[in-house]
Amino acid sequence: MTDLTNLGVAAIRDGVRDGSFSAREVAGAFVANVAAAKVLNAFLVETPDHALAAADAADAARAAGETPKPLAGVPIGMKDLFCTKGVPATAGSLMLEGFTPPYESTVSGNLWNAGAGMLGKLNMDQFAMGSSNETSAFGNVISPWRRSDGGNAALAPGGSSGGSSAAIAARLCPAATGTDTGGSIRQPAAFTGIAGIKPTYGRCSRWGTIAFASSLDQAGPMARDVRDCAIMLENMAGFDAKDATSLQLDVPQWEAGLSGDLKGKRVGIPKEYRVDNMPAEIDALWQQGIAWLKDAGAEIVEVSLPHTKYALPAYYIIAPAEASSNLARYDGVRYGLRDLPEGAGLQDMYAATRAAGFGPEVKRRIMIGTYVLSAGYYDAYFTQASKIRTLIARDFDQAWESCDLLLTPTAPSAAFALGEKSADPLAMYLNDVFTVPSSLAGLPAMSVPGGLDAHGLPLGLQIIGKALDEQGVLNAGLALEQRAGFTARAEAWW
Amino acid sequence: MSVDIPTVKKIASLARIAITEDEAARIAPELDNIMHWIEQLGEVDTTGVAPMTAVIPNHLRLRDDVVTDGGVRDAVLANAPQAEHGFFTVPKVIE
Repeated sequence: MTDLTNLGVAAIRDGVRDGSFSAREVAGAFVANVAAAKVLNAFLVETPDHALAAADAADAARAAGETPKPLAGVPIGMKDLFCTKGVPATAGSLMLEGFTPPYESTVSGNLWNAGAGMLGKLNMDQFAMGSSNETSAFGNVISPWRRSDGGNAALAPGGSSGGSSAAIAARLCPAATGTDTGGSIRQPAAFTGIAGIKPTYGRCSRWGTIAFASSLDQAGPMARDVRDCAIMLENMAGFDAKDATSLQLDVPQWEAGLSGDLKGKRVGIPKEYRVDNMPAEIDALWQQGIAWLKDAGAEIVEVSLPHTKYALPAYYIIAPAEASSNLARYDGVRYGLRDLPEGAGLQDMYAATRAAGFGPEVKRRIMIGTYVLSAGYYDAYFTQASKIRTLIARDFDQAWESCDLLLTPTAPSAAFALGEKSADPLAMYLNDVFTVPSSLAGLPAMSVPGGLDAHGLPLGLQIIGKALDEQGVLNAGLALEQRAGFTARAEAWW
Repeated sequence: MSVDIPTVKKIASLARIAITEDEAARIAPELDNIMHWIEQLGEVDTTGVAPMTAVIPNHLRLRDDVVTDGGVRDAVLANAPQAEHGFFTVPKVIE
């Protein structure tokens, strides 16, 4: 029998349905892979019982002749930002060590209702703040990929959903949840040669997802290919009365609507994304992506998004400002860590708890947020950034007058080595230059693998769509995927 | 505008994060560097531009004014670092 862990979501679902293998066999195979890959540090908590119980339920339902659920028999990984009832959740931070949610996030609940099982909780950058997984309090995730230069440098799996990307690339799960605030699904997907989509803001409920920046945070799936992303997203998304920003819309049948034929579609190439010092390989891949989309029938047009260069600095005001407010809840009173120095009063307890519980990057962002919101600076920083956010969204609206989709690189480089950028916060922030603008505008965007760099590492292409046009994004992603023929994978060394 | 050590100490105090002298000295140039980079936003003429308040046009829904949960004291307190007599407990705040 073929190794079941080489199968993706659609193949597992179909195989369990037609009886080619049992859900129990699938879950067991992935559980074994998870147990054998501890050196990657992708999982913070392993939950084999959850995955096996869901598998047994799927097998029992099939034996009883019941209509199969959409994800029956599919075990997945769950980013540790999602609260799952009775399973510890830390968001990668010491601040929440020991916290066991007494409730279920809407996204995870939707997935369990669809028949999926959970293999475990996936490591991530602390409170989703980071682009390399080096800010997790529980150690770096190590990418399963290695450069072909003969060195064995440990590489970043991207962030913040780096546990998710590493686990999928290493065949520890066929798919996983991610969350994207400024690129945290797309950049790790690009670094590890997998696909990932951030849907339109409001498609997936944020209820029960540990908050970073509420006006930006959005859940989405990560998987090996575009079809699997479509299937996962259909079963994550949906209106939720518990999230005031949840969109009151039906979930389209994205999988059924998949088509790689782009005839009649116009794809814009934003000239401002041609940043200084862009590696030639990234530019070459971008040109290749343009050729692929032309081959799929699309018309290519050049467009201008004039405020692109201001997106990243605006993001680094808005996201920290919202984070400083959201993370005020971690004070040592109701859950998580409490540091109570001898003889300390309440204020000292807050300050000591937050000093001990938050890592350096989280403190840095809370302090940036506190600074830009403080008296005297609010208008100069936060209001100005919010106005620039309006201009960035307007740029996209104007682009949509001449095109339906945009094609850009996902990240300005392939995966870098762990430690390479961690000493310079600003250099790390610049990694999100291509993903942040669409986040600020709330638009759906996806990364698909396009090829390999000179060191054999994956590079991603990004498709950005109009609000609510996930179908257009997935279809263009499929067109790229069909032509890229990306089959490279990390050779197991772990 | 530059971020100096006294500014960092003030921000840390507002953010309720205890920091040492060494940390303040290390953080000040980092924040200063980041804030200088952010200063470029001042170049943009935003006269007459409304700040974005909702990324996707979406009207906030009103909920019925009814109790939908409650009676879950033990679940609420389950993760408390310290709870006594059915309450969260904190250090004494008044003498």
